[in-house]
Amino acid sequence: MADEGSVQVLDERISEWRSYLRRRQAIASTDVEELEDHLRSQVTDLQEAGLDAEEAFLIGVKRLGELDTLSREFAQEHSERLWKRLVVADSEGRGTQWGREALVALFMAVAAGVAIKAPELFGIRWDGEAGTLFYARNITFLVLPFLAGFFAWKRKMDSASWPWLGALFLAGAVAMNAIPFDSEGSTLVLAIVHVPMALWLAVGIAYAGGAWRSHDHRMNYVRFSGEWFIYYVLIALGGAVLMALTAFVFSAIGLDAEWLVATWILPVGAAGAVIIAGWLVEAKQSVIENMAPVLTLLFTPLFTVMLLAFLVTMVVTGSGIDVDRDVLIGFDLLLVLVVALLLYSISARDPQAEPGWFDVMSLTLVICALLVDALALSAILARISEFGFSPNRVAALGENLILVVNLGWSAVLYARFVGKRDGFAPLERWQTAYIPVYAVWACIVVVIFPMVFRFQ
Amino acid sequence: MDIGKDLVAASATPLVLAILSEGESYGYAIIKRVDELSGGRLQWTDGMLYPVLHRLERNGLVSAHWGRSEAGRRRKYYRLTNEGSEELRDQQRQWKVVNETLGATPFQLFQLVPQVI
Repeated sequence: MADEGSVQVLDERISEWRSYLRRRQAIASTDVEELEDHLRSQVTDLQEAGLDAEEAFLIGVKRLGELDTLSREFAQEHSERLWKRLVVADSEGRGTQWGREALVALFMAVAAGVAIKAPELFGIRWDGEAGTLFYARNITFLVLPFLAGFFAWKRKMDSASWPWLGALFLAGAVAMNAIPFDSEGSTLVLAIVHVPMALWLAVGIAYAGGAWRSHDHRMNYVRFSGEWFIYYVLIALGGAVLMALTAFVFSAIGLDAEWLVATWILPVGAAGAVIIAGWLVEAKQSVIENMAPVLTLLFTPLFTVMLLAFLVTMVVTGSGIDVDRDVLIGFDLLLVLVVALLLYSISARDPQAEPGWFDVMSLTLVICALLVDALALSAILARISEFGFSPNRVAALGENLILVVNLGWSAVLYARFVGKRDGFAPLERWQTAYIPVYAVWACIVVVIFPMVFRFQ
Repeated sequence: MDIGKDLVAASATPLVLAILSEGESYGYAIIKRVDELSGGRLQWTDGMLYPVLHRLERNGLVSAHWGRSEAGRRRKYYRLTNEGSEELRDQQRQWKVVNETLGATPFQLFQLVPQVI
């Protein structure tokens, strides 16, 4: 019944409609395909009921819904696309909101800068011996609360979450200052390293506006963390140039500005930059958007090749891993890197896309890392009794275990996905569900380790 | 009759799950089924079904695969998973409570009283 002319009209209309739809960031091309099937089914039915192609098309499109509303719905469901921040048209009032945000961020950054200098009022100088120790213990609590505050304000975090967040920071501060660490001991160093980790995840509660149980919010926080790190490094580079030039130009007129740089610009800038970087990631998402996934795309193949080459070399030359005391830390770092590569490739991936070559590559990377780590672990465990269980080694072993469990199960899920036996979502959920494990481990290292190892 | 946005949103999940419990289906057929079952009284904006389906897919309540329609077009089919059946049972219990509670209030009678003014 549908003559050739009407088929052609319909195809034209639909292809116009399709290209219009494709411009929407939140609607992926597979979604367009799915919607097109819907539209064509509808049009066919309407034509059978006696409408001509043009009318049937118009009614079909209308029934699909208004495009803005539709893409907003898609954006809400697919927040990984929303991360690109091009969809949700909150154009009205955006200027004032943006300005207010910039002000609050600036205020928080200044507050962090003041907080970092405040201990000096009490005679605690960070270049003094006792002062260095004080700052090492407490720097997290002088800076991160302001980042958390910024997000709690921006996300309008529910009031029930405020006391919890405050309690977390307070508990951290109490632990770091009340536990009688031996000032030369390694449990103190471990605690100093792990407290920022634990509280960075606490900032995530504010970032999620209190809804930290949501897997989407967790994944968004992972994305944020990666971008934040990149911004912070960039700001630090710029800051280093600024400081070097400040010292240089003043020395050119015979003034020594180094004290100014060392006691003011460096600490205040470094603290303030934490908040400014966080605000920039939020505000400028679309400028250097998604650098972390780009770096992941670049380095995943390189690391895979490196690890494969390493494994092959080991097999060919038959040489074992030379175990010395610190080798475990090196392999931990390797696993951290692989988890990060995995995490950022997951965070940037369209969960609905079919498995492709990059997934095979990631899976290979994970398996290689596991093999290498297994070799290293077996070599280390054989000699651990010789070295003894120092806090550092137990921490390194524990971290290794946590990362191996993560990567091991990731490998299984990834293999199922690549083998098309399962979707991509389980892998994503596994990674986001695993995040609290890191927080719990960091807390254990801060609080339990000193007690077990007698504060040594 | 226009059904409120919130109610449409709330009922979408159990409706889609229940329709898929009859067997594998695809977007357009689900919409038609809703239309048929409600006698045309429950009207969805067709496009809104898809974000719902994608959410169900992501949460593992339905699984999806691409197939072909009779006309040879690519078409995405959805099927209820075991988790989905469980969720459906759970939703059933929840809706039962809502239904019974509403039934126990003057809600039912309210409609019958003719408006005087």
